[in-house]
Amino acid sequence: MAAPKKNENDLPDKLHVWPYLVRLEFLCSIVVMIFLTVWSITIDAPLEEAANPSKTPNPSKAPWYFLGLQDILVYFDPWFAGVVAPVLIIVGLMLIPYLDVNPKGNGYYTYTERKVAIWVYAFGFLVLWIALIIMGVFLRGPGWNLFMPWQYWDPHKVVALTNVDLPYAFGFRDYWMSSLFGGAVVIGYFVIGTGVYFFTERKALKSVGFMRMFIKINLLLIMVGIVIKIVLRLGFNIKYVWVTPWFNI
Amino acid sequence: MATKPNIPNFAEIMNDIKSGKIFSDIAKQITESQIWTSSFRHGYADTPRNRVLQIASNVWLHLHPVKIHRHALRIKFTWCMGGITFLMFLVTVVTGVILMFYYRPVGEYAYYDMKYLQYDVPFGMLMRNMHRWAAHSMVITVWLHMFRVFLTGSYKPPREFNWVIGVFLVTFTLLLSFTGYLLPWDQLAMWAVTVGTNMARATPFLGHEGPFAEFVGVTSRYDARSVLLGGSLVGPPALLRFYVLHCILIPLIAGALMIVHFWRIRKDGGISGPL
Repeated sequence: MAAPKKNENDLPDKLHVWPYLVRLEFLCSIVVMIFLTVWSITIDAPLEEAANPSKTPNPSKAPWYFLGLQDILVYFDPWFAGVVAPVLIIVGLMLIPYLDVNPKGNGYYTYTERKVAIWVYAFGFLVLWIALIIMGVFLRGPGWNLFMPWQYWDPHKVVALTNVDLPYAFGFRDYWMSSLFGGAVVIGYFVIGTGVYFFTERKALKSVGFMRMFIKINLLLIMVGIVIKIVLRLGFNIKYVWVTPWFNI
Repeated sequence: MATKPNIPNFAEIMNDIKSGKIFSDIAKQITESQIWTSSFRHGYADTPRNRVLQIASNVWLHLHPVKIHRHALRIKFTWCMGGITFLMFLVTVVTGVILMFYYRPVGEYAYYDMKYLQYDVPFGMLMRNMHRWAAHSMVITVWLHMFRVFLTGSYKPPREFNWVIGVFLVTFTLLLSFTGYLLPWDQLAMWAVTVGTNMARATPFLGHEGPFAEFVGVTSRYDARSVLLGGSLVGPPALLRFYVLHCILIPLIAGALMIVHFWRIRKDGGISGPL
């Protein structure tokens, strides 16, 4: 016997946690535990041969959740890909609530009220994090070379390294001149990017605040810069943009 | 002469069983006993008072508020991901403790204890599988939880601080998984951790191959990486360090942060929703 359908607005706004939420949590736990148990019965955790420090596997891969970071090692030196980038990701994520001052979209799904925020986060998460992980797990073979899923992982695959540094491509041959040029490009990118942002958003400066806008645009420029570096490397065979005696970018 | 004790005859007992009276009598005996009334402070009948007491007088459930907004129940809104992440954490705690009975974090033994667990310990393989797959699931669900919280704008005032705690928890989830990755002490473990920890030697100032290291004077035996590994390569000292980090230090920190995280959900006005 079907009960007459009640109008949503007539129902009380607040419900008792017992039984409504607790039973949901209980059911959800049972479903997940069944799934996990079946998974654990059918698929065994891997155990390879005993650890052997004198036998390096090729490729050597970090745990899958770090393969996005391992993949940007192709484009950046370890100090950036392995240390500075993860720190910036963590700090940047923590800063999100303090940088995003848009009061709309608090507690409900909306795209139209916060397009930029959703694009930035979805791009960072789905492309720079998840897509690079998928690539690292399935497409990176021996020598960290790219292999399509149907290709044999040939450990002797030779890939010609014809990369040059950006100043070299622009005709600079002197070490210090190259370094100056590279520095000008990198610093110029951030200065101009910040300047353009402050100019276009000058009306927001008063309400949003200088520090907030400055940190926001520079974190964004770093994120976009990673993409630019990937494109420069894959499309134009550029190794470093800025070479100095202490670090290379 | 004392009076004759009232012994029910067989027919009376059968009658009580048939009518079901005997069961309500037994239930009454139990629920009115001192043991029962001291354990359960309220009845089970579905009354508003009991609904409140079920939550408020239960230590495991009282992290919940007594009442919540209707929209907080919608799986379309929450994706259930925070709760599943916590469930996965509990699974790894339980299975992890069982694994600790059999596993020794010593270079000579660790790998053979894994073999022992897999082939000789009753349900050892199942415990290991559940531990590993729950850990991997936890990494995925915590990312999805974070994505959901972002998409619903739930980090916005007044919940900024809880988002920061959440970012710490994501980081500690990854560190928990990473430190556990070394413990099987097989080729997969050793080289994945070698690749991962090699990054530490490129730390600016503090890693011996990092920028500006020459101004600090760190060496391969004394830098950010060697502190992590207890040596200059992934060897037995690293195994012991990762074991202690994995089983004691990081779970304690993550557990403490989880308490803060859950507590703050309530203090910040329950899970977010349209105002």
